[in-house]
Amino acid sequence: MSTPVTVSPTADVEESPFRRFLVQFRENRLAMAGLILMILLAIPAVAAPWIAPQNPYDIGSLDILDSQMPPGSVADVSGITYWLGTDSQARDVLSAVLYGMRTSLLVAFLSVTVSLLIGSTVGLCAAYFGGWLDALLMRIVDIQLSFPAILVALVMLSVLGQGLDKVIIALIVVQWAYFARTVRGTALVERNREYVLAARCLSLGWRRIIARHLLPNCLPPLIVIATIDLANAIALEATLSFLGVGVPVTQPSLGMLIANGFEFMLSGQYWISFFPGIALALAIVGINLVGDHLRDILNPRNAQ
Amino acid sequence: MNFVKTRLAASAAFLLMGALSLSAADLKIGVKSEPSSLDPQFHVLVPNMQVTFAMFDPLVMMDPKLVPQPALAASWKATSDTVWEFSLRKDAKFSDGSPLTADDVVFTFDRIPKVPNSPTAFTLFTRQIAKVEAADAHTVRITTKQPYPLLVTDIANLPILSKAAASGPAPEGKTTVEFNRGEGLVGTGPFKFVSWQKGADLVLERNPNYWGKPAAWDKVIYRPMTNPAARAAALLSGDIDMMEDPPTTDLEQFKTNPKLSVAEAPGTRIVYIALDQKGEPSPGIPGQGNKNPLMDKRVREALSLAIDRKAIAERVMGGVAVATGDLLPEPMFGAVKARQAAPAVDTAKAKALLAEAGYPNGFQITLGTPNGRYVNDARVAQTIAAMWTRAGVKAEVAAAAPPVFFKSRDNFEYSAYLAAWGNSTGEMSTTLRSLVGTREPSKGSGTSNGGRYSNPELDALLDKASATMDDKARKELLQKADEMVLSDYGIIPVHFEVPVWALRKGLSYAARADQYTLPQDVTSAK
Amino acid sequence: MRKKDRQVPVFIINRLFQAIGVILVMSVLVFVGLYLIGDPTSMLVSPEATEIERQALRKALGLDQSIWVQYLTFLGNAVHGDFGRSFLTGQPALQLIVERMPATVELVVVAMTFSVVVGVPLGILAGLRPKAPSSKAIMTGSILGFSLPNFWIGLMLIMLFAVYLGILPASARGETVNVGPVALSILTLDGWRHLALPALTLGLAKAALIIRVTRAATREVLPMDYIKFARAKGLRPSRILNVHLLKNILIPIVTVAGLEFGQAIAFAVVTESVFSWPGMGKLLIDSIITLDRPVVVAYLVMMVFFLVILNLVIDILYMAIDPSAREKVRD
Repeated sequence: MSTPVTVSPTADVEESPFRRFLVQFRENRLAMAGLILMILLAIPAVAAPWIAPQNPYDIGSLDILDSQMPPGSVADVSGITYWLGTDSQARDVLSAVLYGMRTSLLVAFLSVTVSLLIGSTVGLCAAYFGGWLDALLMRIVDIQLSFPAILVALVMLSVLGQGLDKVIIALIVVQWAYFARTVRGTALVERNREYVLAARCLSLGWRRIIARHLLPNCLPPLIVIATIDLANAIALEATLSFLGVGVPVTQPSLGMLIANGFEFMLSGQYWISFFPGIALALAIVGINLVGDHLRDILNPRNAQ
Repeated sequence: MNFVKTRLAASAAFLLMGALSLSAADLKIGVKSEPSSLDPQFHVLVPNMQVTFAMFDPLVMMDPKLVPQPALAASWKATSDTVWEFSLRKDAKFSDGSPLTADDVVFTFDRIPKVPNSPTAFTLFTRQIAKVEAADAHTVRITTKQPYPLLVTDIANLPILSKAAASGPAPEGKTTVEFNRGEGLVGTGPFKFVSWQKGADLVLERNPNYWGKPAAWDKVIYRPMTNPAARAAALLSGDIDMMEDPPTTDLEQFKTNPKLSVAEAPGTRIVYIALDQKGEPSPGIPGQGNKNPLMDKRVREALSLAIDRKAIAERVMGGVAVATGDLLPEPMFGAVKARQAAPAVDTAKAKALLAEAGYPNGFQITLGTPNGRYVNDARVAQTIAAMWTRAGVKAEVAAAAPPVFFKSRDNFEYSAYLAAWGNSTGEMSTTLRSLVGTREPSKGSGTSNGGRYSNPELDALLDKASATMDDKARKELLQKADEMVLSDYGIIPVHFEVPVWALRKGLSYAARADQYTLPQDVTSAK
Repeated sequence: MRKKDRQVPVFIINRLFQAIGVILVMSVLVFVGLYLIGDPTSMLVSPEATEIERQALRKALGLDQSIWVQYLTFLGNAVHGDFGRSFLTGQPALQLIVERMPATVELVVVAMTFSVVVGVPLGILAGLRPKAPSSKAIMTGSILGFSLPNFWIGLMLIMLFAVYLGILPASARGETVNVGPVALSILTLDGWRHLALPALTLGLAKAALIIRVTRAATREVLPMDYIKFARAKGLRPSRILNVHLLKNILIPIVTVAGLEFGQAIAFAVVTESVFSWPGMGKLLIDSIITLDRPVVVAYLVMMVFFLVILNLVIDILYMAIDPSAREKVRD
């Protein structure tokens, strides 16, 4: 993360804002716990191919005779211990959770990154150029935000069909507007400050003004929104997959794993749904704790 | 607060009253889905048919094993190759008390082609019929367009309406919308209509004018519950008395539960794998240049040998499937005895055959499957893909929502796909003609033959069988045709889905092979 | 933005035009998308049907025409309030939705009531003593409540109450009583038992939000002069709370609850799927999966209108209550 290189009048000259940020962040134990949780979940998810006991996508390695075993069972042939049991396909639930987390994080991360890029571009352009462009873009944003995210995503997926790429597209469509509105709001304030007006008088290129002056000031709210949106994206993807319109069954995310296990839950085979569910909840809560605290310290209104 | 309390008390009292009235002989059935319409001639679909047959009788009714039995027609005979005479029961009355006459039957057949917007029209069962006439008040004469041995099984799907009740100003008489409101629902069946709340309960009550043995139930309630686990929970808690399709995962538990009983019928729905045999190349097999390995019979045999059908039936299907090597179960017309048992899995031999055919390292293939159309469909496909992969054919599963799957299948985008076929006639001819007959959609041949297997010899045999009125000769022709396809591995049977019901203890159900849930066949042990 | 939009009638007309624009864009999307993605007749037609029968069905459903002709036909009929018939059941699509509406509305009303009854007191509590451990617990709980996916909460409730304790049913609607043409669950005990888990699932997330809004509003109102004045006058704390505080935090709470009502109707899609609740959200999911286009389109058009009108009503009410808000409300 780069330090904002601005001459923003609010910047504290004595202490780097980043250091102050770190100190403030560490003060909140809950947020630290969330951060640690995030890291603890992200590392194994990213490293899943190397640390998972089994590759759940390598279907040749699955032995149907090992299906629906309770946690702690030992495989007949290979002798692996299924610490969290197996599902109906004889997939090791622990491995499936690790890979599923990977899929969920991938979808969330990609969709948030792209939405952030699109959203901030739109927001900055709207704020800088104003006029009819601003009116048009913000009208679109407002209309979109007045519809529930789940509905927009459902429409997109019913139109696009299933697939990992399609879920990502649907999530981008849902999320970009939040970024656009936030960035525009912040940038609008900055745009009217003297230093920007001065820069414009010097007829510096608009690209330069946006990149050097407007964007850095929009970073704090962007970081907050991106963090919280990461959690929202994970939750929304899981919901869509649970409803059967998200990722394909052969590429299970956490939501899909939970959906697959739902049927078995009422017959007492709780582990197929329960463990992916716990992983999902921990990921979302962890990210939200961090995001919530970030909002508190990065929001200038709360800073005093 | 007080208001809430009174209200709660009132509703509790209300419930108590409800509970008292329910203690009479009521049957609550948790069904997979509600009918798409109450019009008995709107949609050929299991949820519709099973409700219809509780209120209406056909001329000839299939028994639970799909053998035709007299219903409204006490007897019938073919007076020539194309003319049949059905004598109606003289004691049959409609639920409004009026007697059944041949005019009602003629009206019923007349209305079928006039019902608009039908998703699957009942003309499916009348396309061989040239005319239907009343010979006298209690005799119906049906003339077919050509010699047609399956007439009796076809008309077993046609419930007889009351001309008086189902007439109306529209060309078809009472419209589908009117039927859905409960109008014109006057039949000769054991139950009659009371009310229907869409998405919730459909209620019937005993028909006092029924000509047969009076039904055991005062009231029957069909409650749609799509989620199998939810149906199971409702049965366990006593909310319902009977459920369709208990989740395969719960079946073991249900069988040992002293509060429940389970009824299984012989399955007729065959789950199979179709293989692309149209020509070369095949869309789902990359890396083989222009070659389609599936054109080689040895490869097809290897793919069949690699499947452990017993393990699938037991583990994936929870025992509600019968592993098989045939397309129709044994007592039915045209099934081959020697093919009934599932071929044993033999991965070593499969590998050897692949090597012999020139694929010592196997090849890659995509196996298509619908997700949510058949029992555990995607799971079965994933397991088969795993088994193929173990035999060296690296398989990947492409699972899609059913309408998407069928579109891809009809566009021939799959090299291999899993699907199922429900036989409602009890005869091999319909199965073979649809699944492996040379694809000629205008003739109704090969309509589900997405692998485009084509064998002129087989087509000739089927044509010959369909014009053969003698049962024994026809049976032999069909067995020969069946054997021909299976020894060519033109299609790979996997298992029969076994229709299952779970009931509370003390109830028993004459489980039907056609998967219909008929309340008149549910009996109480007392 | 522009001055003339601030006049109320223009602003209403503008909103309605927007709604129509959204409906046009969305219906084109759904039409073309569902057309490309699959063949709805494949689910309907018997596999034994001949090609002629298939064609006849396509013709009967109007699917034999080009997608644009189909769309224009739809538009022409939609203007007269006819959204076509469901491919699957042959029933008018709008009627199918309207039949399912009471179940959804009942669920959402119960859930929203729960969320306000639980959310407002907890939110005030957290706002009055922001530093107390109980307040921190409430706020952390509310983070969980609105960040955890709805279906996950439902799943856990099923696991606890239906599987582990076995005291509440996990699905369906239970006994209903007809009040006129509308079937209601809330009049029977069995209905309440079935309603409990889905309503709780939907209500918990909304309660979390109400808590946050109430807390924020409370903290904003507390330092105000009239509260200080009331305290100085020696009024009992309960009276300050009931009269001065509640009255002033009511506006944001009502606004948010109103907006959330719309969200909850949409989110009922998820809750209804988890609990097989026979509402219109469940119908939407089933229709999306079976590509029953008329039902999907009719549902979406209805939702757009409903949400636009809801937003409009809230804005107008807001302006009526608080004249200074007129400057803030944008069209």
